[in-house]
Amino acid sequence: MFYDFLIYALLGGVGVAVVAGPLGSFVVWRRMSYFGDSLAHSALLGVAIGIFFEINLNIAIIFCALLLALLLVAMQKQHFIATDTLLGIMAHSSLSLGLVTISFIDDARIDLMAFLFGDLLAILPEDLLWILFGGLLVLSVLYYYWPQMIAMTINEELAAVEGVPVAKMRLLLMLMIALVIAVAMKIVGVLLITSLLIIPAASARPLSRSPEKMALLASLLGCAAVVIGLLASFEFDTPAGPSVVVAAMAIFMSIYLWPRKASR
Amino acid sequence: MNTDIVRLEQVNISFSGKEVVKNVSFNLHTNCITTLIGPNGAGKTTLVKTVLGLIKPDSGSVWLKDELVIGYVPQKLHIDSTFPLTVQRFLQISRDLPSTAIADAVASVNISDLLKSSIHGLSGGEMQRVLLARALLRNPHLLVLDEPVQGVDINGQIELYQLISDIRKQRGCSVLMISHDLHLVMSATDHVICMNQHICCSGHPEKITSDPSYIDLFGAASAKTMALYAHHHNHDHNLHGDVLPATLSEAEDSQQHGQECNH
Repeated sequence: MFYDFLIYALLGGVGVAVVAGPLGSFVVWRRMSYFGDSLAHSALLGVAIGIFFEINLNIAIIFCALLLALLLVAMQKQHFIATDTLLGIMAHSSLSLGLVTISFIDDARIDLMAFLFGDLLAILPEDLLWILFGGLLVLSVLYYYWPQMIAMTINEELAAVEGVPVAKMRLLLMLMIALVIAVAMKIVGVLLITSLLIIPAASARPLSRSPEKMALLASLLGCAAVVIGLLASFEFDTPAGPSVVVAAMAIFMSIYLWPRKASR
Repeated sequence: MNTDIVRLEQVNISFSGKEVVKNVSFNLHTNCITTLIGPNGAGKTTLVKTVLGLIKPDSGSVWLKDELVIGYVPQKLHIDSTFPLTVQRFLQISRDLPSTAIADAVASVNISDLLKSSIHGLSGGEMQRVLLARALLRNPHLLVLDEPVQGVDINGQIELYQLISDIRKQRGCSVLMISHDLHLVMSATDHVICMNQHICCSGHPEKITSDPSYIDLFGAASAKTMALYAHHHNHDHNLHGDVLPATLSEAEDSQQHGQECNH
């Protein structure tokens, strides 16, 4: 009843969810969900570039996400349009650029739907290594810089006065989100990655009284959503990404609708 | 002996062509409370952020003593309600900070009972004390406070100024604070700098506690904790903020320092 591909997908999904917990919490705290969306959209351009130049897709995706993050930082220096407008332009431009580029590639075997919405069959043992080492790297960096990142999230000016290199931390956070998006893309797809970051974190918020607890709980709830979603996807032959997101949403709804004492 | 810990020389700052700070020079000394006053938009916060290193001046120099530790209490700290945070966790500024240090800090600002509370939903005065405790945990040589009594009722304001004064006495640190209130009298300051883009005047707040009309007005008890900065400008401003020659009185003591700053 259990096939290799399903075990790969479950292992990969759980690995991604563990890392997405704390990172997703930062996305929620720092109101970066639109930024995450834009990075995710640029991942398709990464896929196109990767296929075109025949380089590793993960590397191409990370490269593209980084390019977009740096471009955004540079563009924020002008004062004519606001950041959300910039993000909207970049997200859809990079998605469209990716789609247009892919249409030029002759290889008809490229499954666009798999990239957009995730594919249960797409996870290979090689991807598991990416998730394992990428995840360990992100978790170690997060652990090492946790106090600084929390201080920066509370208030950037206060953190700067207290000696936190705020610009460096901000860039580091963007890099880690880019890395997670690259490895998560195969499971939930370009269009739904942000939900894997923000829904478990948002679900964990009312149950948490400290940032550490929220990050940990977000990881656990994310894992639950991935396992439930992927098993349902296998059982009912539904698309993998949307199934995981539906499971995450169900958890979110039941936590918010569950009667409980008012707490902050 | 008091020595300089901060020196600003001929600092100019402008934002998109608008001059916010013009040719400002001043020094801060050890064990001295300096208060910046002036109307809204006078450039007080900008100047304080320059001292903090958050804003680089367009011209002029900012010198800080080597390894000067600064504790900063910002004007208003908005913490997003998506961020779960108790007062205790907020004060845990590093992993190796012992809980006894946090207990001492909250005790010194009288908020020990708030330690387990959520940071969301504190009153204005409580939040200021929490921020003050966080600043104190760094054992600062210089405490910088941007409008520390904002959003605090009158009694709370007197208490906060008294607390800042006590902290200076206990720790011997210097204090730089902003107030935009010309009328609120301050006993907790040794030196006042009045600015409106440039420095209009500076000096020590005149002790008026013996003045009978003052005691009549505020009562003897509050007279002990309050003093008025005698406010003589050597120039006036027109509606555009341009400097005009003085029309009424000449400043008599604008460059003198208070006793506590003896130098």
